[in-house]
Amino acid sequence: MVFAKKDILDMESLSVDEITLILNVAKQMKEISKRPVKKVPTLRGKTIVLFFHEPSTRTRTSFDIAAKRLSADSVSISGSASSLIKGETLVDTARNLEAMNPDVIVMRHSMAGASHMLAKIVKTSIINAGDGMHAHPTQSLLDLMTVMEHKGRISGLRIAIIGDISHSRVARSNIIGFTKMGADVVLSGPPTMIPKGVETLGASVTYNVNNAVCNADVVIMLRIQKERQKGLLFPTEREYAKVYGLTMERMKDAKKDMLIMHPGPVNRGVEIVPEVADGPYSIIIDQVTNGVAVRMALLYLTAGGMHNVDAD
Amino acid sequence: MLMLIRGGRVIDPGKLDGIMDILIEDGKIVEVRDQGSGFRGQGSEVKVIDASGKIVTPGLIDMHVHFREPGHEYKETIKTGCKAAAFGGFTAVCTMPNTNPVNDNSQVTEYILKKAGLADMVRVYPIAAISPGLKGKGLCEYGELKEAGAVAVSDDGNPVTDSRLMRRALEYAKGFGLPIISHCEVLDLVANGVMNEGAVATRMGLGGIPNAAESIMVMRDIALCELTEAALHIAHVSTIESVRAIRDAKNRGVCVTAETAPHYFTLTEDAVEGYNTNAKMNPPLRSGHDRDAVLEGLSDGTIDVIATDHAPHSSIEKDVEFDLAANGIIGLETSVALGLKLVENNVITITDLIAKMSTNPARILGLEQGIKKGKPADITIIDPDITYKVDAAGFQSLSRNTPFDGWDMKGRAVLTMVGGKVVFER
Repeated sequence: MVFAKKDILDMESLSVDEITLILNVAKQMKEISKRPVKKVPTLRGKTIVLFFHEPSTRTRTSFDIAAKRLSADSVSISGSASSLIKGETLVDTARNLEAMNPDVIVMRHSMAGASHMLAKIVKTSIINAGDGMHAHPTQSLLDLMTVMEHKGRISGLRIAIIGDISHSRVARSNIIGFTKMGADVVLSGPPTMIPKGVETLGASVTYNVNNAVCNADVVIMLRIQKERQKGLLFPTEREYAKVYGLTMERMKDAKKDMLIMHPGPVNRGVEIVPEVADGPYSIIIDQVTNGVAVRMALLYLTAGGMHNVDAD
Repeated sequence: MLMLIRGGRVIDPGKLDGIMDILIEDGKIVEVRDQGSGFRGQGSEVKVIDASGKIVTPGLIDMHVHFREPGHEYKETIKTGCKAAAFGGFTAVCTMPNTNPVNDNSQVTEYILKKAGLADMVRVYPIAAISPGLKGKGLCEYGELKEAGAVAVSDDGNPVTDSRLMRRALEYAKGFGLPIISHCEVLDLVANGVMNEGAVATRMGLGGIPNAAESIMVMRDIALCELTEAALHIAHVSTIESVRAIRDAKNRGVCVTAETAPHYFTLTEDAVEGYNTNAKMNPPLRSGHDRDAVLEGLSDGTIDVIATDHAPHSSIEKDVEFDLAANGIIGLETSVALGLKLVENNVITITDLIAKMSTNPARILGLEQGIKKGKPADITIIDPDITYKVDAAGFQSLSRNTPFDGWDMKGRAVLTMVGGKVVFER
């Protein structure tokens, strides 16, 4: 199969075949990370710009490592260092970056649609590393990969996503990604954090976390941001932890082989208690490892490392 | 010189409808007669405008436009705005006060009128601010503003959040016969919203604005209107709840009128797809359900007026991240065609359309209007059958921010006459 996408913007625009291909390539990429010499020459001579207009440690590091393992040259631009704070528009910054002929621009931005806007303007491939509350496709792909590794399938699984769905690009991308691959997605959290019309994305909603957890094959917990308290979304962290957090008590009703994931960074004691985060169900650390593999696969596919890949 | 508009279908809602000739002398209508019945002095001195197959109406009035002068002349000047109005078939416009400086004192009102006089195209009726600086903290000098030429007061762009101020503004404006035009918005409910709240916003990851952010304020203002018995006009109605509230109020006999804009009866939130900043406005484009309610409101008379909320912005404000993009679109040059679609779709009659774009705004604002002997010859001639594609690049407005570029349209103004002077002719 030929991977013909110029950009990776969201899970909506990826087909089942494309997702399957990316996951297969990622599986091969993961092998590279296990070697004593973790570097292949595949993207030698390619330039990757990591354009992070919003702070990020994990995702940027993950992309940076991915680029280096494929021998690409990567350049990091952060929001505070970029011209944006000097009043340059995003469009102008993008055109200037393009003029330096990079092969891929990896972009993180605090506003929804920013990477879509860039993709329309520049010929360079854009990988969306998170745009506002909209999408975080590389997170969804690494989550799919991680579940696939542990369960051997996605189709037919029941995935519970719990927390602040409203403000979460991870939730949006995972609702679309997992349902597209045949899973059932159930959302839970306080009604203040469940956005209007979210059912139209293909997920069901329950306000009772126990109902979401008890039949789930996978639970994805979302980070609760303290500043949301000011937005009147929940009264206190104490009550949130009690009513919506993943506690040992709540785990009693869970399936014995249930998996627990979290996109990080984890708020220990708020959305998840330490015993559960570090417990046997947790595959949170695997997600991080797979993040590098998925990003290697995406850089490889978009930077044109190989145009034809066998999608066995 | 005499001028004769001959053979058009003359419609003055509730007064005239038929194939008639109109004779104009010294800027005034001197006779209106059935076609071919002959006029005095008809001969070599008469300039004849053939209007056969066309619709001849009292000059159209857009009672809600933003010309950006003074302050943001790179978006629109009074002159370019007037040209866009004439091109769109409008003989008069009412300019909102959110310029820089704000039109909250008679000097700014006089400046606007001076510039409008120099443009010498369409009539410009300034709307002054309710509160100094549009800050919602006190009352402007309505007496002096009216004397300077203001026809209404509004803090458009900003709601009057303080209910006591709104009450006093209604009462005080009543003393001068000035209507209050209310921009209904509860800012706490808008928060970080940039489009209609619902499935589309959820999928796109954009902050949503609930209908209640508008309708709560509509209901408050109706209550204050009942309390004060002053004249209240609700700007840019976009939600089903607002339409219902206004309908109920009118049924109770409350002195409230309302307008909507062509984009609210034409488009829905779906137009935002692809993060299209030319579909970003305040209030936002709503659901199909709301659009249907607006159409019903137009049809049953709940909504009195179609006004464009013509809001010019340059690429500086629009070619940016959706969250950062300025609200608003231009409308003067597409309004007639979008209005005619309502007639074609049997939502309203052509007579209703003309009323909503001409005689109703005139009545609300106390302006002289109508095709009648002795009245100023403010006349619009519309060709309802001409088909064309909207070409924003060819607009008279300085700005290009329209979601209707490239649309197939049927019908447009072909002649605009102000005080007997032809200011636009196709």
